[in-house]
Amino acid sequence: MPRGVAAIVICAIQLVPLYITLTVALKPQTDLSSYWALPVRAAWSNFARAVESGGLIRAFANTAAITAASTALVVLLAAMAAYPLARSGSRLNKTVSSFVLSIMMVPALSLLVPLYVLLVRMRAVSTYWGITLVHVAFNLPLAIFLFTNFIKTIPRELDEAAVIDGSSIYGIYYRIILPLLKPVTVTVIILTSVAVWNDFQYSLYFLQRPSMRVVTLSISSFFATSGSDPHVAAAGAILAILPVTLLYVFLQRYFVKGMVDSALK
Amino acid sequence: MEALYKKANILYIPALALFALFVAYPFVDGIRIAFTNWNGFSRRFSYVGLRNFVRLFKDENVRASFWNTLLYGFGSTFFQQVLGLSLALFLDKKFPGRGITRTVVYLPVLISAVIMGYMWYYLLQYDGALNDIVALAGGEKRLWLSSAASAKSFILGVNTLQYCGISMVIYMAGLQNIAPMYYEAARIEGAGEWQVFRRVTVPLLYPAFVTSITINLIGGLKLFDIIKALTGGGPGYTTNSLATLIHSSYFASQMAGFAAANGLALFVLILAITLSLQAIFRKIEVQS
Repeated sequence: MPRGVAAIVICAIQLVPLYITLTVALKPQTDLSSYWALPVRAAWSNFARAVESGGLIRAFANTAAITAASTALVVLLAAMAAYPLARSGSRLNKTVSSFVLSIMMVPALSLLVPLYVLLVRMRAVSTYWGITLVHVAFNLPLAIFLFTNFIKTIPRELDEAAVIDGSSIYGIYYRIILPLLKPVTVTVIILTSVAVWNDFQYSLYFLQRPSMRVVTLSISSFFATSGSDPHVAAAGAILAILPVTLLYVFLQRYFVKGMVDSALK
Repeated sequence: MEALYKKANILYIPALALFALFVAYPFVDGIRIAFTNWNGFSRRFSYVGLRNFVRLFKDENVRASFWNTLLYGFGSTFFQQVLGLSLALFLDKKFPGRGITRTVVYLPVLISAVIMGYMWYYLLQYDGALNDIVALAGGEKRLWLSSAASAKSFILGVNTLQYCGISMVIYMAGLQNIAPMYYEAARIEGAGEWQVFRRVTVPLLYPAFVTSITINLIGGLKLFDIIKALTGGGPGYTTNSLATLIHSSYFASQMAGFAAANGLALFVLILAITLSLQAIFRKIEVQS
């Protein structure tokens, strides 16, 4: 089989669920044709109804706020934590590093019950700050790991020269190290924001008030409610995946690089 | 310099404080809860010793979820390596359409797994797209998700297809890191296509195998979203993973103590598997 044909088959298989959801989203409920068939006339009203009945505007705003806050905090805290961990090989810092690495292996689920209890006690269930801190805590280890590896590649001589020039350690960090972290910061932003944006599990546990719903919860409520219009649900699903898909199409180099960097280091 | 760096240790204190509060403390508290019969909301509960842990070994649903967790973990890891490596080899040579194919295969990785599950539901429901093809081919329409075996295969399949892009990009990066001179040397020695693959490509891809297998395995063992979307754990409890079982025993059956014990079991399982995997990888590395 020529390569081109094989490539088309591969793409078709991966795109089938998207294609089917799109045709369903574009058909009115009265259209009983096969899901494979394209609609005779596009029923754009499904999208408007999805936005309205799913409270999608609110959901998008919630998701965007939580994603932005979590990502900003992850970048800030990880970039800070990584500097001493990358530079000093003291026994204390080695212990801290392996503690951080071991957190990466803890599935958050195994902590579901006590974590939920903790958030109830802190009155943090169904709050922006509660879910944000949970996201930060569980996305931070990978970010620290990536920043640490990156800082290790920055020559120590830079730090030493600055010390001779009379800079304090924080001055070095702020003026010399931070400006060099751009490439790895892009990677961390992409990995964290995609993880938070797509999150379903934590949101399902910790955002129980309907007004706090994020996009994945809104979409799942379409599908979990019996009798809801499948065409409207499909329209909601398409809207939900649109932002990340568009960003990916335009910035795919960074998305793939981020994945590879995080995996191979 | 070392003394100066010591001063910088302050910089990791905020991160550590967060880990202490949201990881270490819940972890310890979870062990305590696992020894109680707490229902998750009442003020009253008592310590019941090992009862929850004994139940873990006796409960049929736990046993089914345990095997399913292994099936989802190892099953998708296996198929993801086969697909990911084949795709990477296929896309290693330049041809028109190569970039697009890579883009499309990796796209599902970025889509929320729960929404991916719902999108597949339009294919798998009784009036869905898959049955249209079956009917067209003269077959009989089926309820694809109503038998445990078939539902589990689809959960495995959907997860494999969604995340095979991860292994693909890892293997593509690995292949690009192999210097062409190794291939040339092998060819000069008279090695055939298969021998080159077996003796050059596979050993030099070793680091890529390690990362890809580890990432896929941990992801598969934690599987939650796709199960929730496709079957909700049903029919009955047959397609649950430990992850979805913990969720339903806590929120639906109000057995917080039991769910906490289950959480510990999942933690130990993932830890044991990851550690043995690392040991195996180290052994292979030493041998070669």
